[in-house]
Amino acid sequence: MGMTITEKILAAHAGLERVEPGQLINAKVDIALGNDITAPIAIKEFKKAGATQVFDRDKVVLVPDHFTPNKDIQSAEQCKMLREFAQEQDLTHYYETGEMGVEHALLPEQGVVLPGDLVIGADSHTCTYGGLGAFATGVGSTDLAAAMITGEAWFKVPESMKFIFNGKLNKWVEGKDLILFTIGDIGVDGALYRAMEFCGETIENMGMAGRLTIANMAIEAGAKNGIIAPDKTTEEYVKTRAKRPYKFYQSDPDASYVSVREYDCTKIEPQIAFPHLPENTKGLSEAVTLNVKIDQAVIGSCTNGRLEDLRTAASVLKGHKVHKYVRLLVIPATQWIYRQAMKEGLFDIFLDAGAAISTPTCGPCLGGHMGILAKGERAIATTNRNFVGRMGHPESEVYLANPAITAASAVLGRIASPDELNLKKSI
Amino acid sequence: MKLRGKAHKFGADIDTDAIIPARYLNTSDPAELAKHCMEDADKEFMKKMTAGDIIVADKNFGCGSSREHAPIAIKAAGVSCVIAKSFARIFYRNAFNMGLPIFESVEAADDIFAGDEVEVDVDSGEIKNITKGKTYKAQPIPPFMQELINAGGLMQHVAKKQVRR
Repeated sequence: MGMTITEKILAAHAGLERVEPGQLINAKVDIALGNDITAPIAIKEFKKAGATQVFDRDKVVLVPDHFTPNKDIQSAEQCKMLREFAQEQDLTHYYETGEMGVEHALLPEQGVVLPGDLVIGADSHTCTYGGLGAFATGVGSTDLAAAMITGEAWFKVPESMKFIFNGKLNKWVEGKDLILFTIGDIGVDGALYRAMEFCGETIENMGMAGRLTIANMAIEAGAKNGIIAPDKTTEEYVKTRAKRPYKFYQSDPDASYVSVREYDCTKIEPQIAFPHLPENTKGLSEAVTLNVKIDQAVIGSCTNGRLEDLRTAASVLKGHKVHKYVRLLVIPATQWIYRQAMKEGLFDIFLDAGAAISTPTCGPCLGGHMGILAKGERAIATTNRNFVGRMGHPESEVYLANPAITAASAVLGRIASPDELNLKKSI
Repeated sequence: MKLRGKAHKFGADIDTDAIIPARYLNTSDPAELAKHCMEDADKEFMKKMTAGDIIVADKNFGCGSSREHAPIAIKAAGVSCVIAKSFARIFYRNAFNMGLPIFESVEAADDIFAGDEVEVDVDSGEIKNITKGKTYKAQPIPPFMQELINAGGLMQHVAKKQVRR
């Protein structure tokens, strides 16, 4: 019996020939990541355990990105803990405001995480790196603390679920819609404790941005990790970024899966997840009939704050004005994306449309800062979660969508299709 | 060890944003976090609960963010344990790592009502509904997790291993 890509990476890092689902292993980690919310607890645990040195200064990564630039005194204190720890340990990968980005956009972009890696991060969207063909999973702060000391973490080898996507994508459909559709199909615990392996010709024809978006939201189905086998597109992306060797793993043809699902992408339209769970998806054609008025639109986050996302949003916004009573926030996910977007003239399009452009931050995605909702307000966002109170007041609402739909909705003041923009039917 | 308290019921897919909203994550102080425990799922929770009480929930408890602040808030609030049909995996892992007892039982989660007096035998996983005079069995805790509990949490487990090296 063959092994899946997830099993192969886990086996290689545990020093084993092979592993089986359900098996408990201790594995070496290539990268252990923390942010300004989760790392303070890890640092406290690290010190409490009497540890003085991290296992490898190149492999412990700290990115203050959630409440940065520091939103209040307490957040500043948390970031200070990270900064002092990074200095004390002389960490290679510490990213100060001005260099940082939203962690899961930043690490692939900077070549810090690579195909074949085993990555743990004290952030649930660590699963993003599966888009590169790495095994990456979110853990808590205590797991991070233990890994910072030992360079290892324990895992139960997950069963794998296979998702095959075939067919050409419809207009305005992209990676975000495929993953929302999948979550809508299997539910928010449809992949609980399991690995989600995404494949098929649609994925093979997709760029890295879309692949990272898909893997990013595997956690929204409860998965341990999401993974896409690396190929030529991956090679193109990593070869100029990598500063250390990396390895491509592929699933064996006779690998075992607990389930196999096949989707015909020609039948998938843009998806919108209605409050208050990512599984509450509706197709765009239905969503637009509901006349859902919005107060805010957010384009950014580890899910959809990449350059490709900003290009799409700009292509929709060009020549249009954001609705008078809507705030459109554009948050490039990293400083590199910020500069590129500026160079390409995207900022002019955003500014002409009446959008606000922010420095990279997780900010409003988790109701941190830079775009909090009042009671009764509604936002459409390219982010990943629409739980109760996620972006602000517990009685506010978040609708999840791709950048094109979010941009069109910002113009029309209601959930809308970019195709409606030429008709200019605003509310 | 036995835990005993009054049950507080919650529905399915209680996410970590509901357990401890991100607006309070500018601190990791357990006492501060406890003040807002379960706030976005039930605003009155902290007023209603007394130390030792038990949270009983439907499936996928603790989904969403990896924030360990969620089990920390629950533990610091004085909740003695959580019983649910199932737990999201990061929450499950975090709870064991930091010493919050959690139990999976579909039967108990369905049958226990809000306000029922419940007693849980941590070692055997036996859940007693004192009010109803019924007993349920939780899924056994995997041996490795048991080892973590016996060591006093992951950090103590790691410390022991370091010494052995």
